[in-house]
Amino acid sequence: MLIGRPSDIRPSEITSKDNYVNRRQFIKAGAAAGGIALAPSAFAAVVPRNEFAKLPDISSSKFSTDEAPTSFDDVTTYNNYWEFGTAKQDPAIHTTEFEPLPWRITVDGHAEKTGSFEFDDFIKPFDLEERIYRMRCVEAWSMVIPWVGISLADVVKRYQPTSKAKYVAFETLQDPRRMPGQKRQVLEWPYREGLTIEEATNPLAILAVGLYGEALPNPNGAPIRLVVPWKYGFKGIKGIVRISFVEKRPASSWNIAQPWEYGFYANVNPDVSHPRWSQARERRIGSDRFAAKQPTLMFNGYGEQVAHLYKDLDLRKNY
Amino acid sequence: MNTLTQIRFVWKPIVLLLSLVPAVLVATDTFDITGSLGANPVEEIQDRFGNWGLRFILITLAVTPLRRITGWNWLTRFRRMFGLIAFFYVVMHFLAWMILDQGVLWSAIVEDIAERPFITLGFTALLILTAMAITSTNAMRRRLGKRWQQLHYGAYVVGVLGVWHYWWQVKKDIQEPLIYAAILGVLLGVRLWKRYASAQRIRIDRV
Repeated sequence: MLIGRPSDIRPSEITSKDNYVNRRQFIKAGAAAGGIALAPSAFAAVVPRNEFAKLPDISSSKFSTDEAPTSFDDVTTYNNYWEFGTAKQDPAIHTTEFEPLPWRITVDGHAEKTGSFEFDDFIKPFDLEERIYRMRCVEAWSMVIPWVGISLADVVKRYQPTSKAKYVAFETLQDPRRMPGQKRQVLEWPYREGLTIEEATNPLAILAVGLYGEALPNPNGAPIRLVVPWKYGFKGIKGIVRISFVEKRPASSWNIAQPWEYGFYANVNPDVSHPRWSQARERRIGSDRFAAKQPTLMFNGYGEQVAHLYKDLDLRKNY
Repeated sequence: MNTLTQIRFVWKPIVLLLSLVPAVLVATDTFDITGSLGANPVEEIQDRFGNWGLRFILITLAVTPLRRITGWNWLTRFRRMFGLIAFFYVVMHFLAWMILDQGVLWSAIVEDIAERPFITLGFTALLILTAMAITSTNAMRRRLGKRWQQLHYGAYVVGVLGVWHYWWQVKKDIQEPLIYAAILGVLLGVRLWKRYASAQRIRIDRV
């Protein structure tokens, strides 16, 4: 078992490994019957090519929560990934033929080392860690997700940003043929996000390449996406192809689209409402189906690790 | 059996049963019999009831223009029923929000109705619909006389509030609310056009 689960989880809350493995076999059987070519495992080069693309040598992390993880089914079928459609179930439906590899990641801007790298070469220098994080969407729902990823601080350090690098900017792939949702201009493509250099080097920030001990599923942003658990989910940019060290605050997609509703920081904050809905409480996906909402925690409960980053900032203005 | 009896005892029950299929599906999907409600069942239940409420509001508003165009006067016989079905779905939408989403937390419910404009709009529409549903009987119609008609013009207001409520609630992709708005625009537009045309006629008559 890859994931140590605390004993107080009600069995109804989690999909067992067996169950989701069966589910996947069922889906694959269905896909094969339908004549759809199956995507090869996403980690062809770094991991043994087995049916479920299990990731090797994952260490655990002190930052992991012991809350019950949301089931694999829920984590992979209820997503906001508008590159594949705007409905929550769209990414699961429209990524079945998406082939994440080969994948290149460009690192540029104010850094000693820059360049363009094959996905495997990009992640090879770093240790894979499991981080079981709470994920709070700006739409007032939340999950607990067992990510596998590499420390973003380690990535930043490796490329040696210069003193001019005040921010780290990220970009998603732009390719409407592979990402059909980009055929509609619902957002300005490519999707963009950014962090201050201090945020990017905070130990909580990771680039996730896996989920539940396996290669990152397509609906969750394969092959590589950002995870910053103290911020609203939309900061967690998916399908990253470019990482830039920049001097000025980079544009972020939702901030471009509706600046009065979505700020650059987007820290989880129960006291600052979205203009159209309250952020005080959240619905935890997959816990008892009709359970009451639970209170949202400041910085999604990660204040101990990140509150110092914002001590001089008015979080009402800098939402 | 004459046409009126047929409508009353055959067609209305059939249409009513069909109209309630989406509600039955919510129940059976809840227990994973016919399908599933997905990862966020509370949201799914609210959305389905809300969507069907809005659809039946538009269907109700479509009866009169459709009758005029086709000359099928029997359509009028279904109008009250469609309005009541719309009311049913809107009430279910509201109850799902109040009980499942808000957990009957009164402070949060009152705050949301007062402070979130899109919820204020939806709640106002519900109040108007409730007044119309209560006064929908023949006896009430007779009792209220002229005022009954004035009250039931509220259907137009409910249509506008309903679409607006939906529009304001979506995050950014307004494609679906836009479709509802376009249909509502046509349904209200034909009425305005007819009023304008008949006003013209009166003017011509006077000359």
